[in-house]
Amino acid sequence: MQLTEELEALRASVRDFAREVVAPVIAGHYEQHTFPYEIVRQMGKMGLFGLPFPEEYGGMGGDYLALGVALEELARVDSSVAITLEAAVSLGAMPIYRYGTAEQKQRWLPALVSGEALAGFGLTEPGFGSDAGGTQTRAVLDGDEWVINGSKAFITNSGTDITSLVTVTALTGPDEISAIVVPSGTPGFEVGPGYSKVGWCASDTHPLHLDDVRVPAANLLGQRGRGFAQFLHTLDEGRIAIAALATGLAQGCVDESVAYAKERRAFGRAIGDFQAISFKLADMRTRAHTARLAWHDAAARLVAGQDFKQYAAMAKLHASEIAVTNAREATQIHGGYGFMNEYPVARFWRDAKVLEIGEGTSEIQRMVIARDMGL
Amino acid sequence: MNIVVLVKQVPDSGAERELRSDDQTIDRSSANNVLNEMDEYAVEEALKLQEALGGEVTVLTMGPEQAGEAIRKALQMGPDKAVHVLDGALHGSCAVATSKVLAAALRTLNPDLVLAGAESTDGRVQVMPHMIAERLGIAALTGARKLTVDGGTLTVERQTEEGYEVVTAATPAIVSVWDTINEPRYPSLKGIMAAKKKPVQTLSLADLGISPDEVGFAGSTSTVVESTKRPPRQAGTKVTDSGDGGVQLVEFLATERFV
Ligand SMILES: Cc1cc2nc3c(=O)[nH]c(=O)nc-3n(C[C@H](O)[C@H](O)[C@H](O)COP(=O)(O)OP(=O)(O)OC[C@H]3O[C@@H](n4cnc5c(N)ncnc54)[C@H](O)[C@@H]3O)c2cc1C
Repeated sequence: MQLTEELEALRASVRDFAREVVAPVIAGHYEQHTFPYEIVRQMGKMGLFGLPFPEEYGGMGGDYLALGVALEELARVDSSVAITLEAAVSLGAMPIYRYGTAEQKQRWLPALVSGEALAGFGLTEPGFGSDAGGTQTRAVLDGDEWVINGSKAFITNSGTDITSLVTVTALTGPDEISAIVVPSGTPGFEVGPGYSKVGWCASDTHPLHLDDVRVPAANLLGQRGRGFAQFLHTLDEGRIAIAALATGLAQGCVDESVAYAKERRAFGRAIGDFQAISFKLADMRTRAHTARLAWHDAAARLVAGQDFKQYAAMAKLHASEIAVTNAREATQIHGGYGFMNEYPVARFWRDAKVLEIGEGTSEIQRMVIARDMGL
Repeated sequence: MNIVVLVKQVPDSGAERELRSDDQTIDRSSANNVLNEMDEYAVEEALKLQEALGGEVTVLTMGPEQAGEAIRKALQMGPDKAVHVLDGALHGSCAVATSKVLAAALRTLNPDLVLAGAESTDGRVQVMPHMIAERLGIAALTGARKLTVDGGTLTVERQTEEGYEVVTAATPAIVSVWDTINEPRYPSLKGIMAAKKKPVQTLSLADLGISPDEVGFAGSTSTVVESTKRPPRQAGTKVTDSGDGGVQLVEFLATERFV
């Protein structure tokens, strides 16, 4: 599948940005576990947070293909900034755009679309992840306010200095899950300390505690009781974005490893001259390519308004698993240097694993795909 | 303010560059061609001025058909339109001949301000803004690291090896900029989509009233007779510190005239 000339131009623009702005400083943020505010500011300036949103809200008027292209190019260099963008757009801003009222959109979207603010999406709880329908967080209507109590786990972009809100899912009645917007700084809304993570070390992830948090009744996002269906749709779309991100990581492994295999010498020749290495590289490139085709196809179906859920699941499953394989092989090709944090492939190796877990584990993807075959 | 930005397509300075064996001009087929890096800063400066003062930004290039790619890249950043001087007879033009063509094209555009990169990464002669200024009878403020506009007065901080000089001139004038002046924007999807619809006017030598023998190889004041490839990079000097490492380092710096 060929992308349009405009999307190729977007790819070139984001690639230049990733190489010139992200690559030189990201290892430092990763090592120090600091959030790259300056990079995020510049990503906002070039419109990346607005890619799939209409111009009415300051967006770029693009779609999930455009978002995927940007994520792929960012993740080719670094996954922390890529997941920051992915979560901000797919999980943070998109539900507000899709399900928000006119007032909610006017109030929240412009800052999110410009990247001046970030939104989180709080679905996972300490006791419920894959089984997200098991949500224990409760919201009770008291007059014209929701009173929310509960805990959320692993919420991306929930605790940065520029986080404006987290949309949380909560039980609003027996078997009734709804989504409610909780602005940052609301009394009782406590953002726990950032996790010490194996990878994505320059991204922002926190546990959240909600203790008698009061927000206006008007902060209900979408229909009461439709929270479960809404987030399933949100996750379906997000899987395409994660697949694109995983493809970028897999391609980054190819880029780094090919360059290294041409330079590194052993037994009197470049290691790329050994078939054991060059065949690994051929396989790595093939994996990245097929993952790209898979996410392009899923995105094209989404953009065309067709059934895409099962294709998004296949793209996410495949891309995340080949990303892990490519990262393992890239580290192997780099030998001992591949185990040193200063080498990008070490970062890729640490970042790859979570792709098989976040936004639906590989097992969950297989369940979605199997169910589509009537199993 | 009516601003024209001079842009040029050059072979990527990060890649291996070659001259053609037949006529000693740049081999554009072997190189990855890009918008000259310093020109992006000139475009950015023009866009910032436009945001503050209004007016129109036009990019101007002289180059073969494929220089259209550099125009498109520049337009994606945000300028309103472009002019491409395109003529087979231009091939082989030296800097002096090029300045004649660009000056003629600028006369048709009548700008208040001409912006240019301080140098192109291929020729690196740094004299184009001066030559154009001479031909147009306007001031050349070159090597700017800062530019401010106050009514019809331009003030430039001119970067020098020791520091900077402050120079001023009345518009119209030409200002060339270094990469210290701003942070060029990366094209957004919106900019990329908009660039497709922006007008690009093509001008021939006839349109500019220049005869073919005034430019190209025939009209050039300099000719490249021969060229040799850059010698391969030599291995560096390794200083092993056995007590006199510091002395060795200073000696090295002194012999290479770094200190
Ligand atoms: C860095 C990071 C960022 C995250 N960001 C967010 C965020 O922004 N918002 C958010 O809501 N969540 C976020 N998450 C949470 C993530 O989506 C969950 O971790 C994920 O969905 C898995 O849930 P769990 O961790 O509870 O695992 P569990 O659901 O407990 O799963 C444990 C294991 O059991 C398997 N399993 C579960 N059920 C089945 C079944 N029926 N059949 C077969 N196998 C099964 C799983 O596949 C997995 O292997 C993030 C996680 C991480 C690590």
